[in-house]
Amino acid sequence: MPDTIIRLADLTREYRMDAETVHALRGVDLAIDRNEYVAVMGPSGSGKSTLMNIVGCLDTPTAGEYWLNGLEVSRMHDDALAQVRNREIGFVFQTFNLLPRASALHNVELPLIYAGIGSRERRRKATHALERVGLGDRMHHRPNELSGGQRQRVAIARALVNAPSILLADEPTGNLDSATSAEIMQVFGELHAQGQTIVMVTHEADIASRASREITLLDGLVHSDTVRDAA
Amino acid sequence: MPFREAIRLALQVIWSQKMKSSFSVIGVFIGVTFLIAVVSILQGMNAYMTERFAGALLGVNTFQLRRYPNFQVGDISRETWREWRRRPRIMYDDADAVAASFSVPVLTSWSSVNRADVVYGGSVVRDIEIVGAGEQYFDLKGWQFEHGRPFSPQEARVGATVVVLGYELADRLFEGADPIGREVKIRNMPYRVIGVVESQGNVFGISLDKFAIAPALSPVKRFVNPPRVVDELLVKAETAADLETAMLEAEAVMRSRRGLRPTEENNFTLETSEAVLDFWGKINSVLMMALPGLVTISLVVGGIVIMNIMLMAVAERTREIGIRKSLGARRRDIMRQFLVESATLATVGAGIGIGTGLGLAGLITATTFLPARVAPWSIVLAVFLGAGVGIAAGLYPASRAARLDPVEAIRHE
Repeated sequence: MPDTIIRLADLTREYRMDAETVHALRGVDLAIDRNEYVAVMGPSGSGKSTLMNIVGCLDTPTAGEYWLNGLEVSRMHDDALAQVRNREIGFVFQTFNLLPRASALHNVELPLIYAGIGSRERRRKATHALERVGLGDRMHHRPNELSGGQRQRVAIARALVNAPSILLADEPTGNLDSATSAEIMQVFGELHAQGQTIVMVTHEADIASRASREITLLDGLVHSDTVRDAA
Repeated sequence: MPFREAIRLALQVIWSQKMKSSFSVIGVFIGVTFLIAVVSILQGMNAYMTERFAGALLGVNTFQLRRYPNFQVGDISRETWREWRRRPRIMYDDADAVAASFSVPVLTSWSSVNRADVVYGGSVVRDIEIVGAGEQYFDLKGWQFEHGRPFSPQEARVGATVVVLGYELADRLFEGADPIGREVKIRNMPYRVIGVVESQGNVFGISLDKFAIAPALSPVKRFVNPPRVVDELLVKAETAADLETAMLEAEAVMRSRRGLRPTEENNFTLETSEAVLDFWGKINSVLMMALPGLVTISLVVGGIVIMNIMLMAVAERTREIGIRKSLGARRRDIMRQFLVESATLATVGAGIGIGTGLGLAGLITATTFLPARVAPWSIVLAVFLGAGVGIAAGLYPASRAARLDPVEAIRHE
């Protein structure tokens, strides 16, 4: 029986901008199982960024429920959400979002630092995560000494180092050329094959086609939800 | 994040922005430098006043019976001054009666002072302190002799024309030749040099080695005072308790000799080094009171500068904060990161200030007669003040950072 890891029920999110209220999400119902590889698509303004923020526990819904790995996170406050992010979610961003002054190793260690893991164990895990993405020989380089693809690999290593329930990628190839994009998608494919649950926002159809399930948002609602036959 | 890690991170950030960091700590640096230097100098002055000034000029456990005070403390009103001038002088008989009255062991000596030139052959040393004293004067002052000896009770009693010179005076008169047995002239009267006192150094840059001491009854009596009058009777007791007893006894004898009624004030003065030290104590306490104010001002300014720099740092590093939050940093983690950073910054500033303050104190000791003394408590205080200012100044910026919305922070350019 498939094990549901993300469950959204009638999720809404409104922003108040001056006198106007913007309805970014108007009642999203969604369930994602463990080891799914989901691509979220949709035109700008469809609410996919808002959905990503909420799924990533960076933001909370105005109404509705969000269950993540058995926890109701929709009503949690700042610090509790921070802990959920730390344990359950690994982010991969379009702009990598690495700390520029820190080495690759230190960047990967960050989630472990906030998890309160001791320095020896931290170093071991971070080294292992970097080796897993093929950067064992670049650990002491700073982001500006690495190529775009290598930076995104560091980000992936950082996302995975805490063994999160979901890998959440927001346009992970948006800043990369096509060859490097393919490389990164290859990594995602391998991770999925190893059992990692992946949710990826993208607006590129060929990138989305790598996923096993494609969800399209439109005007704050789920427009289509297609499960591909085993890829 | 472990504390040590946080400090290391803070030092990295501070080091990577040396220019900005050094500007931001300037206030704390100045405040702490000032604190250390001023406290060191005050401590040095304190030691100097108690050990050198009061000790050398007035002596420990010593009092002087005088007509009116020698060391005046603060302003003297015209009236007080007039009252002092009306007082009877201290006569030989007074001094003898007092000296004979003590029940505790004491050393006593008459002492009268004027200034005159001292002549040896062709060389003249002008304006030298000429003292008419008793034979216990040297013991009482605790002086050692470089050459020769003090005058004997015999010489004192008959008023022999012998003289004991200060080290510098002897040096200038005889230029290295043996001074003992030579004849110097003071006011045209010849005196035989029988001793030279070991160098006493100086106080506030003024030499203590320019004096000539002759028996009080020798011919110096003709110009140091009117007939049968002394400037003061010096009394040195062995202990502070004995000093108190001796002073009470001297006061009783003098009051009875002067026929003072119980309601009348003393028309003489018993002066101790306490009076001078009290005066210094007052100056010292005023300075010590002003010091916290001055240090506070520079620390507050320093704190405000640090706060502004930290607010800038928070603005500049909004994205970093967003990233950290997305990776699981809680409010308190971010708060602590920035607090540790500003505390470290301020402590580093304080550390440099301590170094500079110590250097300044050392420089003052090396170049002036003031011996600066470093007070360990001032260093401890400076470190705590530095860290405290850093934490206080960091609170607001750190809490701003901690409250940032991760979604907005991470999108911040």
